[in-house]
Amino acid sequence: MAKKFKNKTLAWLDYRLPIFSVLKEALVDHPTPRNLNYWWNFGSLAGITLIIMIVSGLMLSMHYVAHVDLAFDSVEHIMRDVNYGWLIRYIHSVGASMFFLIVYIHISRGLYYGSYKSPREVLWWLGIIIFLLMIASAFLGYTLPWGQMSFWGATVITNLFSAIPLVGDSIVTWLWGGFSVDNPTLNRFYSLHFLIPFVIVGIVFLHIVALHKFGSNNPTGIDITLKEESIPFHPYYTIKDLFGLGVFFIIFGIFVFFLPNSLGHPDNYIPADPLVTPEHIVPEWYFLPFYAILRAIPFKLLGVLAMLGSILILFALPWLDTCKVRSCRFRPIYKQFYWIFIVNFFILGWVGSKVPEGHYLIISRICTGYYFIHFLIILPLLGFFEKTLPVPANIFKEHNKKK
Amino acid sequence: MIRNFFFIILTIFFLTPNLFGEEKAVLKKQEWDFQGIFGRYDKPTLQRGLQIYQEVCSACHGMKRLRFRELKDLGFTQEQIKQYAETFEITDGPNDLGEMFTRPGEPSDAFVSPYKNKEEAKAAFGGAYPLDLSLLTKSMKNGPDYIYSLLTGYEDEPPKGFELPEGLYYNPYHDGNVIGMPPPLYDEAIEYIDGTNASLHQLSYDIVNFLNWTAEPELEKRKSLGIKVILFLLVLTALLYVTMKEIWSRIKK
Repeated sequence: MAKKFKNKTLAWLDYRLPIFSVLKEALVDHPTPRNLNYWWNFGSLAGITLIIMIVSGLMLSMHYVAHVDLAFDSVEHIMRDVNYGWLIRYIHSVGASMFFLIVYIHISRGLYYGSYKSPREVLWWLGIIIFLLMIASAFLGYTLPWGQMSFWGATVITNLFSAIPLVGDSIVTWLWGGFSVDNPTLNRFYSLHFLIPFVIVGIVFLHIVALHKFGSNNPTGIDITLKEESIPFHPYYTIKDLFGLGVFFIIFGIFVFFLPNSLGHPDNYIPADPLVTPEHIVPEWYFLPFYAILRAIPFKLLGVLAMLGSILILFALPWLDTCKVRSCRFRPIYKQFYWIFIVNFFILGWVGSKVPEGHYLIISRICTGYYFIHFLIILPLLGFFEKTLPVPANIFKEHNKKK
Repeated sequence: MIRNFFFIILTIFFLTPNLFGEEKAVLKKQEWDFQGIFGRYDKPTLQRGLQIYQEVCSACHGMKRLRFRELKDLGFTQEQIKQYAETFEITDGPNDLGEMFTRPGEPSDAFVSPYKNKEEAKAAFGGAYPLDLSLLTKSMKNGPDYIYSLLTGYEDEPPKGFELPEGLYYNPYHDGNVIGMPPPLYDEAIEYIDGTNASLHQLSYDIVNFLNWTAEPELEKRKSLGIKVILFLLVLTALLYVTMKEIWSRIKK
């Protein structure tokens, strides 16, 4: 067997437990398409943000108290008395927003370049599972400071389960651990909020295993067949990811140090009061599009199903998109619909922050309808009617054509 | 083409946050020292703000998250803080006999709220209760400008046709244009220790500065650390960019 490591201790250990060769294979030698653009930076950014969230969260947990009478005060204790507690907390709360921003861009990139298509369906599924777990974790985490939005957000969302026929109310009582959102609810939310990130780490591991099976997709969406089309991950993509990380940290830093509360709701600096309902109960910005879908439909159960369905439909995407060509570069019609879909999603987010009445309600209904039409009608039909552009044989042909 | 459309839509969102919303009184935006990346608190302003809180607000409003020792940030010496804290009576205990007792305040104590609990405050004010002010500016949108506008926005006579309920005051900045709090500040409401002219504007400006400090005491530290961090990251990222170009030049043809 060829020696992989010069250092004798490393070689000895790796022979018995091949973690170093696995890491070397994944982070150093891994052959990667040479034509990846900056949109491919967001996978590693998401992974690093996950680690930042876990480390900052662990530090917060050393000072936080999960009790209805003490939670709010303990967060203020972190902000005022703990050394650099304000920094840790702002990193964690702004970090949640950054995490979603990155993951939304990561998903959008997958949608644009057809990264969900065969043979990467399972990779795509694992990504959606991570997204669902992130949603759960972010929602649970937002309740922990026990401010007004924490409390009422938790009340609204847990109440959604009451829409389930027959057993709905019993399930809500079971989730609450009582007859209203109260101390048992806060306690279990804390417990689950602590657990889920580690489950995400596990799924991320599988996500990477599935990714490395066929390698990254690339902007052309064509399979890498020639050896010259690939370059080793290190140093080319390690340095590119590091540069991307630098840019990301600058944006992250601007929010943490200069606009720490701009992404949150001011009501959460008012301690939770079960007797006073805030004027508008709105979730964090990253949930607004789904919140709009939920409220667009007058029947609670249907609204809940539509909201769930809007994410679960992504699982079926590899089959709903009937086109064999992956990348938007060669799909002139889909490219238009892609941008309309993105705009539609932004509009959903915007109406999600408004009170659902009058014009806003009409807009939210049109946009909710279009969201599903995009997946259920436009995508399947496009595969049959769209005339795709000729796809080059390899990425060099594409490269030359551009010049 | 489609991309332009995309950006036009986004611009519309950000320029017209209230496309179909109803008109609300426009906030009187002020130039705050603590705004912007170089934002700092002005110590004399904060000291005047503390005096206003002490002589006016504290009759009804608590400040329970602020500790006397934190007044160091306002430019007071340890000795001054100790003396100031001693003017407060703190309920402590239980002692060896199981009884609560009172003692003079210490720098580590928090400000004493005027009411023992929310229920007592509610009883005293007939249902509504005066908020604790520790986090006030953070707990509302555009907090500093809003509080300034509210404090200076009282009108003696409500507009014609407006039914002002008994015991309430007209203020277009508050929800429903009425507020239970009587105008707390007016010209010469207090006499400043440092002799500054106590106009309504000056009083409102000073108290908002003080309240923003109590809500965000870490602000100066945060912003000065932020500038260092961002400068460091800019240099680091520039170096990473150059390194990346160097490494990639090996394969670009």
